[in-house]
Amino acid sequence: MRRSVANRLTPYMFLAPAAVIMAIALLYPLGYMIWGSFRDWNPSQTIGEAEFVGLKNYVTLWNDPNFHESLGVTLKFAFFVVSFEMVIGVGLALLLDRDIRGMSVLRTLFILPMMIAPVVVGLMWRYMYHPTVGTFNRFLEDIGLPSVDWLGQHALMSIIIADIWQWTPFIFILSLAALQSLPSSALEAARIDGATGWQQIVHIKLPLMMPVLIVTALLRLIDAFKVLEVILVMTQGGPGLSTEILALRISRTATEFRELGVAAAMSNYLLMLLLLLTVAMFAFNRLQEIRAARTRAAAEEGV
Amino acid sequence: MAQSNTRQNPAFYAVISVLVIMAIGPVLLMFVNSFKLDVDIISGSSGLVFLPTIQNYEKALCDVLWYQPDHVDFCSLKFGGAFINSLIIALISTILTLVIGCMAAYALVRFRFMGRDTVSMSTLMVRMVPPAVLLVPVFGLWNNEFCLDKDGLIGGAIREMVGGRGDVCLAGTHSGIILIYVAMNLPFVIWILQSFIVQVPRSLEEAARVDGAGPFQVFFKVVLPLIKPGLAAAAIFTFRIAWNEYLLASALSDRDTKTVPILIVNNMSEFNVEWGVIMATGMLLAIPPIIFTLFASRQIITGMTAGAVKG
Repeated sequence: MRRSVANRLTPYMFLAPAAVIMAIALLYPLGYMIWGSFRDWNPSQTIGEAEFVGLKNYVTLWNDPNFHESLGVTLKFAFFVVSFEMVIGVGLALLLDRDIRGMSVLRTLFILPMMIAPVVVGLMWRYMYHPTVGTFNRFLEDIGLPSVDWLGQHALMSIIIADIWQWTPFIFILSLAALQSLPSSALEAARIDGATGWQQIVHIKLPLMMPVLIVTALLRLIDAFKVLEVILVMTQGGPGLSTEILALRISRTATEFRELGVAAAMSNYLLMLLLLLTVAMFAFNRLQEIRAARTRAAAEEGV
Repeated sequence: MAQSNTRQNPAFYAVISVLVIMAIGPVLLMFVNSFKLDVDIISGSSGLVFLPTIQNYEKALCDVLWYQPDHVDFCSLKFGGAFINSLIIALISTILTLVIGCMAAYALVRFRFMGRDTVSMSTLMVRMVPPAVLLVPVFGLWNNEFCLDKDGLIGGAIREMVGGRGDVCLAGTHSGIILIYVAMNLPFVIWILQSFIVQVPRSLEEAARVDGAGPFQVFFKVVLPLIKPGLAAAAIFTFRIAWNEYLLASALSDRDTKTVPILIVNNMSEFNVEWGVIMATGMLLAIPPIIFTLFASRQIITGMTAGAVKG
């Protein structure tokens, strides 16, 4: 009798620590933030002392040109980063999907950039972009070209390049794994029917990889909104606001301007944006799956 | 195999070498520069002709060296202490996350009282939350709410022992940073481990149960040894995040609990960057992840694909 009660309680006992920690340190803070976003709150006050101001923080942000600029930079950054990385990563996977001796060594070297701390990545690139001692400008000087003001005029492009360097391997590894798990029968059939390499890629490999590619792009997109340290170290959001992505702006609003309420409201905007993206991608993924299932069924019927 | 090797043309290998150089070039550059004097870095005698020196490392580690290097007058960079803080925080949070995440994943797989879809959904949702979003509430909570009141029993006792401003708060302690790291990493770890636990044959567990093992014994003696690869992957990912994270640590730490990333960022924001020393600290911070990558790349790739493809 007692044993059966214990058995019934077991799963809850196994789950309890995780549930408690996530409730205390993840869900409660998120609720706290939403609550705080309706208040005029600075770091020296507790949330109870802060004055309730309703939607004021949200309205202020909505009309704040700096916030718009920051949002624009964030969206631009995320868009360019994800599209370049997808194209390059998938391209490389298609190119390198063959028996190469030492492929595992190659993969090991490729994942190195994403294991290294973002702070260190920012540090390395800040050095390479340095106007006078940096690697790139020195190289340009050596071959007789004018030097480029990497972190000045072209700051956004420079941080995008750094992010592409760090995260393309992620896409590459995942799409390579997807490629290598494709059913060989479909590819063989295409080869027998005389499909060229290009046709195989466009009509067979890419459509079959699509579900994985979408999830990969989604994960990368979500992570692109989290990038902060690399940019903080490289440009500190400058010059002006040209590289101040939202995550950076939130942290500056909270720590430099000491307006926790506004920072919380901004966090909420960012969360809503991410939620929207996630849901949209989920819906798209489902749709794609349904369509894929239908084509497969149609193809089988045709055979 | 041999046939396919002969078929590749030289251009293909050229492409691969360019890719490899692009991937590890910046890291190598940092490695080389960390052994150069600032004069050499700035003067631009680019190339490999320089006298390697460990002065930068001596300067960075001056607070833990057993001897006093001649060129260091004043030990401004307390790298050694920060390194130890980083190590404590990363190791403890990794262990806690693994133990707790393992148990939760096991419960979710074996007892089926909640849909796996719910978990995968919520994992993705939590993964979506950027650390910057957690900054505001964590800063507020850790400083104000998660405190032991000075009038309370435990808080009073701690204050008697350590002193301080009255309340004893989570902010500024190792445990405060560890708590948020554990919470941040848990969903991902649970998700990865689930996909490994599913593969453990049920019959093994039942055999152990027949032999009279309780649920906890089954878990620790049968299931855990079988999912070691999954544990390794999860451990590396958790460690990496805890080791590399800057933002939340900078909000929660005080002078004595600074981690290495904070130290590096603080030194980078000065106008005149001492490139040699900063590269040495960066290299020291990068060494543990590099070692993991070189020795456990298979586990990392498994973890990455398990986390994404099935997510």
